[in-house]
Amino acid sequence: MRAFLDVTGAVWWRSSHNFLTNPQFLVPSIMFPLFFFVAFAGGLSSVGDVPGFDFPSGYTAFQFCFVLLQASAFGGVFTGFGIAADFESGFARRLMLGASRRSAILAGYVLTALTRAAVVLSVVTLVAVLSGMQVDGGPLDVFGMFALAAIVSVAATLFAAGVALRARTIQAGPAMQMPVFLVLFLAPVYVPLDLLSGWVQAVARVNPVTPLLEAARGLVSGGRADLALADPIAVGLVALFALWALRGLRRAEAAGG
Amino acid sequence: MSPASGTLGAQVAQLARRSVLRTLRQPAQVVPTILFPLFLLAVNSAGLEAATRLPGFPSDAYLDFAMAFAFMQGAIFSMINAGTDLARDVESGFLSRLALTPMRRAALLVGQLAGAMAVSLLAGMVYLLVGLIAGVTVVTGVGGVVVLFVLALLIGLAFASMGAFVGLRFGSAEAVQGFFPLFFVLLFLSSASLPRELIEQDWFRTVATWNPVSYLVEGIRSLFVIGWDAQALALGFGIAAVFAAGAIASAASALRTRVVRA
Repeated sequence: MRAFLDVTGAVWWRSSHNFLTNPQFLVPSIMFPLFFFVAFAGGLSSVGDVPGFDFPSGYTAFQFCFVLLQASAFGGVFTGFGIAADFESGFARRLMLGASRRSAILAGYVLTALTRAAVVLSVVTLVAVLSGMQVDGGPLDVFGMFALAAIVSVAATLFAAGVALRARTIQAGPAMQMPVFLVLFLAPVYVPLDLLSGWVQAVARVNPVTPLLEAARGLVSGGRADLALADPIAVGLVALFALWALRGLRRAEAAGG
Repeated sequence: MSPASGTLGAQVAQLARRSVLRTLRQPAQVVPTILFPLFLLAVNSAGLEAATRLPGFPSDAYLDFAMAFAFMQGAIFSMINAGTDLARDVESGFLSRLALTPMRRAALLVGQLAGAMAVSLLAGMVYLLVGLIAGVTVVTGVGGVVVLFVLALLIGLAFASMGAFVGLRFGSAEAVQGFFPLFFVLLFLSSASLPRELIEQDWFRTVATWNPVSYLVEGIRSLFVIGWDAQALALGFGIAAVFAAGAIASAASALRTRVVRA
């Protein structure tokens, strides 16, 4: 166990240090969610006046939940980019030779993604609160919302890690990014599910991100959050992608790192 | 015939052929240019259809309203394509070798931009075709479609020239890619998603009003949803022309500097 924690800690420290000390990684990670928040919550706020749009905490809080999950998911994807880059540079190969339990490497990257998410979400939340976002949920609701974001971050990291461990090249970036982008934007991003129209509504109804997004919105508004649906989906996604990532790790081992 | 020989027209034709073929042979340049705007068009038109119920919204269908957004995204992709190609020419040494020949700089620039413009034209045709199949109406009719493509190509030329400037100035494909978010931000901070009159937040409406991209979007959009709006078209064409002229001059200057360095 000690060896596992040592490897996990070393990978986490190195990757987090890289993230926090390189403006080229840190700045876009913070600026993109902020930009989406500003563009959606600021530019589209009158969409909250559409007849049938019933969200008591206002459009800023409505969009904040989407940006929260999006930033968490993309933090995971960018961590996947880091894994692929480590393979390209040869670092991952040396790491795998040195680690007694290689799943500890994966755990280290997951911790890195959570660190990234904590940094980015702190800034986004601060900006949202300063811009007057209305939070009607209690402390427990808010905690639940951030816990949901953390689970999304873990699921996205494991998905991206699975791709990165199989491809072992940064050229696989679009294969990590595009599915996450698609699944996020095929959820009720701008309006509640009932106000969506056409095929997007049909897709959003079966999109696993929809219950997560609706749960986050329910929590921030202190309203009804269907956690009975969101929690199993979140845990299921983590379990599924953990399997995917671990199998990817075996593939990387078989390929000699 | 060597590209370096012959008249200016022959030189342009040779380099344009190379640029067009090179662009069309790279699915990584063509596919995102076409698919990404179509995806956002589909998602936004379904997601924001409810916005048409806002009093004062200029169209009954958000799809018609959102078509301009797709054309603008296509223009931004043309910037990336043109800039990336030129940056690769710098990185690979092609430009240095070309500098040793009697090739004229104007031919190089015009020829290189041709590939990006070809993709712009192709992408615009696909956007319109898919839009028409999905039920888009162009209220200005066939004449409007012609004007639409002239304006879209002028905007595409402006953005592609800006990409060429960045590619030549920095000589790095990575630097060109780094400019993509900047222009994407400009697009999102414009009136691309809602008419300026319906933007509730004062600061956002002010930014959108000062943002020249708003007028490019509104020029294109007017052809789909408003009709022959002389003011919107004059602003759209005027800003696109000024932007194109400035970008071409900047790219030509960067090329001059780059060729001297080479």
